[in-house]
Amino acid sequence: MTSLAALIRRDIVVALRAGGGAMIGVLFFVSVVVVMPFALGPDLALLKRIGPAILWLGAMLASLLTLDRLFTADQEDGSLDLIVMSRTPLELSCAAKALAHWLAAGVPLIVATPLIGILLNLDATATFAVALTLLVGTPALTFTGMIGAALAVTLRRGGLLLAVVVLPLSIPVLIFGVAASNAAVEGAMPFGTPFSILCALSLVSLVVGPFAAAASLRHGLD
Amino acid sequence: MSLIDLANPTRFLALTARVLPWLAAITTVLLAIGLYQAAMAPDDYQQGATVKIMFIHVPNAWLSMFVWGIMSVEALGTLVWRHPLADVAAKAAAPLGAAFTFLALVTGSLWGRPMWGTYWEWDARLTSVLILFLMYLGIMALWRAVEDPSRAARAAAILTLVGAINIPIIKFSVDWWNTLHQGASVIRAGGPSMDRAFLVPLLIMAVAFSLLFLTLHLAAMRNEVLRRRVRTLQMMQASRQAA
Repeated sequence: MTSLAALIRRDIVVALRAGGGAMIGVLFFVSVVVVMPFALGPDLALLKRIGPAILWLGAMLASLLTLDRLFTADQEDGSLDLIVMSRTPLELSCAAKALAHWLAAGVPLIVATPLIGILLNLDATATFAVALTLLVGTPALTFTGMIGAALAVTLRRGGLLLAVVVLPLSIPVLIFGVAASNAAVEGAMPFGTPFSILCALSLVSLVVGPFAAAASLRHGLD
Repeated sequence: MSLIDLANPTRFLALTARVLPWLAAITTVLLAIGLYQAAMAPDDYQQGATVKIMFIHVPNAWLSMFVWGIMSVEALGTLVWRHPLADVAAKAAAPLGAAFTFLALVTGSLWGRPMWGTYWEWDARLTSVLILFLMYLGIMALWRAVEDPSRAARAAAILTLVGAINIPIIKFSVDWWNTLHQGASVIRAGGPSMDRAFLVPLLIMAVAFSLLFLTLHLAAMRNEVLRRRVRTLQMMQASRQAA
């Protein structure tokens, strides 16, 4: 248990220090959202309507961008070999690394959401709904993406492959995340249904992700 | 002869060399019969002659999902049983599955143009098949990205199994998403049961296409085994020249 806590603490510290890249993810998120109105036009009514979708798309792309570093940084300095060989089960270590990554790179996205919501003309309810769905949905993005990161860790140019492999797997999260946010804004649909399915997706990925990632690390590194 | 005996690639090559011509012949005959019957089938009262696209489209769509199932079994063969031919089989199946999925999409789109008035509709089924196609391409990209074949095999096997868990979830999500955005589906739910004049050619075509997959799969596996041997010989020769 202490080794897992130490792993989480170390990963968060490394991610937040200079060269860590967690803050670059937030910056990327903000940039993607700020660029959108230039393509769509400064129509506030339109932005208000598709704002939740833009925020979810930005969060998904930002999580893809930062996931690239989840295992490669450890592989470059050799600590990944130590993690694989340690007595702690690799599945638990993978889960700990993903949790640390979510805390360092996912939570800042959620914190940034209210600020960007203003730019997209979202009202308080919509902003809160998007932040809430991101809070329960982004763990699914991290834990599914971790499988791709573990597959790509031994490859050159793994980052692009990661995106190609992970994006189709993230479609359900995107569908239910945006649907739940829209349901909260429009009120025509019940909010609970898509929201509980989103929670279920996160829980499933919490189980499947660490096992698949650990398996691919074991097979890929020998 | 059991699955274990087939683990020897030389024996596999010898066996398939005898089986393949027969399989190819049966496939050709069945395809000819199926195509003839499909061409002779009466026009549909609503869809006219475009109903004949169905005889190609449905077998391809069925195989697009079936091949992923085969690949999942082969992935288990790679990861669990370490069967030496399982990764060869999985590698050979991926482009075939992608091709069948692509054909299903193209024939569906050609049918949709006169019937729905558009080549592409964000219909739930079309969308899930498109995602399946993207996942096949992802698997192929992964195979190409890793040089060492056994390492590539294990990476692709894990991704195949993750896909096998995820494909039903994606299918369900897309269905949900679609009913949320649109009213009634373009495809009639249920619909009248199919007439014998259509059903018999369709079944023949389904069997013919399944045999076509089997033939192409075995041939592609032979090619892959031979390709690996050629590569090994080339490496041996290169190392001998270096020494």
